Amino acid sequence: MRRYGVRTVGLGYLAIVLAGPLSMIFWKTFEHGFSPFWHALTDAESIHAFENTLLITAIAVPLNTVFGIACALAIVRKHFPGKGFVNAFVDLPLALSPVVVGLSLYLLYGRGGWFYGVFAGHGIQILFSLPAMVIASVFVSLPFVAREVVPTLREIGDEQEQAAHTLGASGWQTFWRITLPAIRWAVIYGVVLTTARCLGEYGAVSIVAGFKTTATLQVQDDYENFNLAGAYAISLLLAAIAVLVLVAMMLAKPKEETA
Amino acid sequence: MPIAAVATTSTHGGAAGFWDAVSSPEAVAALRLSLVVAVLVSLANAVLGTATAWMLVRDEFPGKRVVNAVIDLPFALPTIVAGLVLLALYGPRSPVGVSIAYTRTAIFMTLLFVTLPFVVRTVQPVLHELDTEMEEAARSLGAHELKVFTRIVLPNILPGILSGMALAFARAVGEIGSLVLISGNLPFRTEVASVFIFNQIHGGNRTGAAAVAVVLLGVSFLILLLVGAIRRLATRHESA
Repeated sequence: MRRYGVRTVGLGYLAIVLAGPLSMIFWKTFEHGFSPFWHALTDAESIHAFENTLLITAIAVPLNTVFGIACALAIVRKHFPGKGFVNAFVDLPLALSPVVVGLSLYLLYGRGGWFYGVFAGHGIQILFSLPAMVIASVFVSLPFVAREVVPTLREIGDEQEQAAHTLGASGWQTFWRITLPAIRWAVIYGVVLTTARCLGEYGAVSIVAGFKTTATLQVQDDYENFNLAGAYAISLLLAAIAVLVLVAMMLAKPKEETA
Repeated sequence: MPIAAVATTSTHGGAAGFWDAVSSPEAVAALRLSLVVAVLVSLANAVLGTATAWMLVRDEFPGKRVVNAVIDLPFALPTIVAGLVLLALYGPRSPVGVSIAYTRTAIFMTLLFVTLPFVVRTVQPVLHELDTEMEEAARSLGAHELKVFTRIVLPNILPGILSGMALAFARAVGEIGSLVLISGNLPFRTEVASVFIFNQIHGGNRTGAAAVAVVLLGVSFLILLLVGAIRRLATRHESA
C-alpha cells in the first residue's frame, strides 16, 4: 500500500513537472507539420545563432577540460596555502546566478571597467562580442570537469603514480599513462556536462552579447518578435541535444562504476 | 577579478549609495520575491524530491531506468527552452486549461522544474547505501511505518536532503533563463532579483544592478559554506 502511495506521488510529480512540459515542445513544434519547422531552422538567423553557439562551445569546452583536470589534480594531490579557498571557489559558479556572472564581466570589460582601457587601446572589442561570450561560458561551466574528476582521483589514490615515479617515469609520462586512463570516464562525464551547459547558457551570455546572438538568445528574440515557429524549432533542437546528453551520461555512468 | 569588480561598483556611491540602491522599493520587492519563492521551492523539493528518490531506490517498476535518466533533464535542457515550454503549457493558450503565466505561481512552477534534480540526486545515493536491515529490525520490534521513517531513515538521509535543498535554493534565487519569458517581469509583482539586475543593466543603472548582485553573491557564498558544513557533519557521523 505504502509502496504504491510513494510511487503514485513520485510518478505523478514527475509527470506534472517533467513529462508535461516535454511533450509540449514536440506538440508545439509540429503543430503545423514538419515544413514550418524545417524552414524556421534553416533560416539565416537561426543558422547564424547556432554557428555562434557551436563556436563558443568549441572554445570553452577544451579550455575547461584542461583547467578542470589541472584544478582537480591541484586540489587532491597538492598541498598549498589557500587550498580550501580554491576548492570553494571552483564550486562558486554552480551556486552563483548567471546574471551576476554576466554583470561582473560587463563591469570589468565595459566602458570605465578595469580592463576596458587595456583592450580598447589595441582596438579589441571584448564586450558585446564573441570574446565576452566565450569568457561568460567558460565561467559558468568551470566546475563540471573538476567536480567529476576530484572524487575519482581521491578514490584511486596515488599508489600507482608513486610506483610509476619510482620506476623512473617523468611527471608527464605518469599523467598520460597512469592518471588520465584512470580518470577518463570522469573526464568524459564532465566534458558532456560542460558542453551541455555551454550550449544552453542564457543568463550570463545575454548580458554581454549585445547584438550578437546564440541559439538560446535567438529563442527569446524569436518569441518576442512573435516568430513562434522559429522559437519552437530552435528549442526542439536544443532539447534534442539535451536528450542526447542524457543518453551519453547514462552510457558513461555504468562503465565508470564497473571500471 | 570579475567578482571584485561587482563588489567595488556596488559601493561607487559609498556605503550610503549601496544602501540606497539595495533598499530602493523595487530592489527590495525583487529580492524578497526571489528569497520567498526560493524557500518555498526548496521546501517542496525536500518533500517531493525525497519521495522521488525513495521511489527510484526502493521501488521496482517497468521503465524505471528511463525515469531515472529523465530526472536530470532540467540540468541538460537550456533554461530558456524550459521557460518557453512552460509558457506554452501554462500560458494563455494552454492546452491543459491552466493560465498562470505572468503570476507568482508560474515562477514557483518554473523553479520547481529547474531545481527538480537537486534533492533527488543528493538523497538517492545515501538511500542506496542505506541497509534495509536497520529498518527491518525496527519493524520487527514493533515500530510502525511512520516511526521507522522518522527514527531510522530520516536521520540518515537528512544531510542529503539539506544539501540538496541548499543547492536548489541557490539555483532558485539566481535563476534567470527560464523566468524571463514566463514571469512577465512586472516590477513589484513578478520581477525576481536576477531579472531586476538584468533590467537595471539595460537601463544603465550599474550601481543598482551591482548592489543587488552583491546580495545574491553573499547568498551564494553562504550556501556554499552551508553545503560544506553539512558535508563535514555527515562524514564525521560516518567515521564515528
